[in-house]
Amino acid sequence: MSGFRTLLYKEVLRFWKVSFQTVGAPVLTALLYLMIFSHVLEAHVQVHGVPYAAFLIPGLVMMSALQNAFANSSSSLIQSKVTGSVVFVLLPPISYVEFFLAYVVAAMLRGLMVGLGVLLVTMWFAPPSFIAPLWILAFIVIGGGIMGTLGVVAGIWADKFDQLAAFQNFLIMPLTMLSGVFYSIHSLPEFWQQVSRFNPVFYMIDGFRFGFFGVSDVAPETSLAVVATSFLLVSAATLALLKSGYKLRS
Amino acid sequence: MSVAVAIEGVEKRFGSVLALAGVSLQIAEGEFFGLLGPNGAGKTTLISCLAGLARPDTGSLTVLGHDVVTDYRAARRLLGVVPQELVFDPFFSVRESLRIQSGYFGIRHNDQWIDEILANLDLTSKADTNMRRLSGGMKRRVLVAQALVHKPPVIVLDEPTAGVDVELRQGLWQFVRRLNRDGHTVILTTHYLEEAEALCGRIAMLKQGRVVALDTTSNLLARFSGQTLRLRVARSTPLPQTLRARATESEGAWTFPLGALGEIEPLLAAVREAGCQIDDLRLTQTDLEDVFLGVMQSTSTRQATS
Repeated sequence: MSGFRTLLYKEVLRFWKVSFQTVGAPVLTALLYLMIFSHVLEAHVQVHGVPYAAFLIPGLVMMSALQNAFANSSSSLIQSKVTGSVVFVLLPPISYVEFFLAYVVAAMLRGLMVGLGVLLVTMWFAPPSFIAPLWILAFIVIGGGIMGTLGVVAGIWADKFDQLAAFQNFLIMPLTMLSGVFYSIHSLPEFWQQVSRFNPVFYMIDGFRFGFFGVSDVAPETSLAVVATSFLLVSAATLALLKSGYKLRS
Repeated sequence: MSVAVAIEGVEKRFGSVLALAGVSLQIAEGEFFGLLGPNGAGKTTLISCLAGLARPDTGSLTVLGHDVVTDYRAARRLLGVVPQELVFDPFFSVRESLRIQSGYFGIRHNDQWIDEILANLDLTSKADTNMRRLSGGMKRRVLVAQALVHKPPVIVLDEPTAGVDVELRQGLWQFVRRLNRDGHTVILTTHYLEEAEALCGRIAMLKQGRVVALDTTSNLLARFSGQTLRLRVARSTPLPQTLRARATESEGAWTFPLGALGEIEPLLAAVREAGCQIDDLRLTQTDLEDVFLGVMQSTSTRQATS
């Protein structure tokens, strides 16, 4: 597994060397969201009996973690494909499983780091409680894993940066923005509540939030089951894709 | 001498293009082997199959007895490939790139060997420079270094001197020659035929995915006769038909193939007898370029008639 270890190290080093962009920027973005939304809505809205800012913080933490987990594996792969340096990973004796694990774990780590950063700068606005930290950890780790895996798929599939941007803007962004980061789905019309239940990101955020407040739209066990199953499914599909050598080995 | 690389009936198709149409080759340990052919002949595809970057449709490839598909871990550990494209990872310095590459092969604490490679490739002063800041020639040298971090017994260089200046080319060849002397098997593809002629002990020529010539460099050179005599005569005294029939004409000069040097004297006597005035006369040694062109032409006529 030494190939895995080095590839993971390289992937972490890669985003860490540009952490201003890869960690700093998303933390600032989340902070802006919080300041604007909480300023506008704080006086008017309470969700699950908690003030809006307190409700929003876990959602922002998770959304930032998920988007950055996706960004990490996808941008790393497309860059090394476009520049051709992916050959350095393809020539050594690294199995497709090691390849998969290294990219996904690095993505999870970036997600965790961004999530932690967002939490640290936003928690001063409305100190959150941490009722069930294990649920918090479970959802952010598995959620990051799912997004990191989707990033691997997108990075391998896309031949150009604009194709990757399309994947990000038309799939990942809507899934994360329409997942209950900014609202409880119970505030939605019945139809859109039903639609939200088909969005796996909704369960990630809802379960994650349960860890902070002990209340959620659906039972956390249900969310965990949905999220874990999703992770298994996308991982299996991605491993099959990597094994086939799709777009990596002709 | 055992076999370093064995290629058996390898076919590879990309869509409707048959890139490799059944290639079989054996390269012995310690050889300096040349793989020549025009663009699109399948050289890089063959190397990609050997390196595991492409998967052959049929046939098999082994490196020191290890199949590149079923036993890829062992095969790749024994193989160092210098890719044709000038690729680099812009996030890292030269040393970081080499350490990471070592780690991919399961080698940690490789700095002693890394320093040695850097010194040999004249890169020591650039060890901590970011890859982005290096000139093209230096990036090329780093690619060679990256291929050597795991001390592979078999080294493949895919057009390593394309677009590289003369000085660097010489330095690179000195280094690769030494590696070969130290026992490494070297496989080289190049467009510079004089390079192949000077370096390679044996050569395979590829055309349209097929091996059209495979022999030692000296045999290939010998096959296309030893020397030629190039004659240019004054326009007022053209060569008679009997002499023209023995030669080929290009740009107003007539080239006579010579089986032996002794043929020169009677040839010149015949020219003098015909009353031709010689403007220019040159004796040339057949080089690999003549062989290459000869092989490529003869295979196209053979293919056209078959």
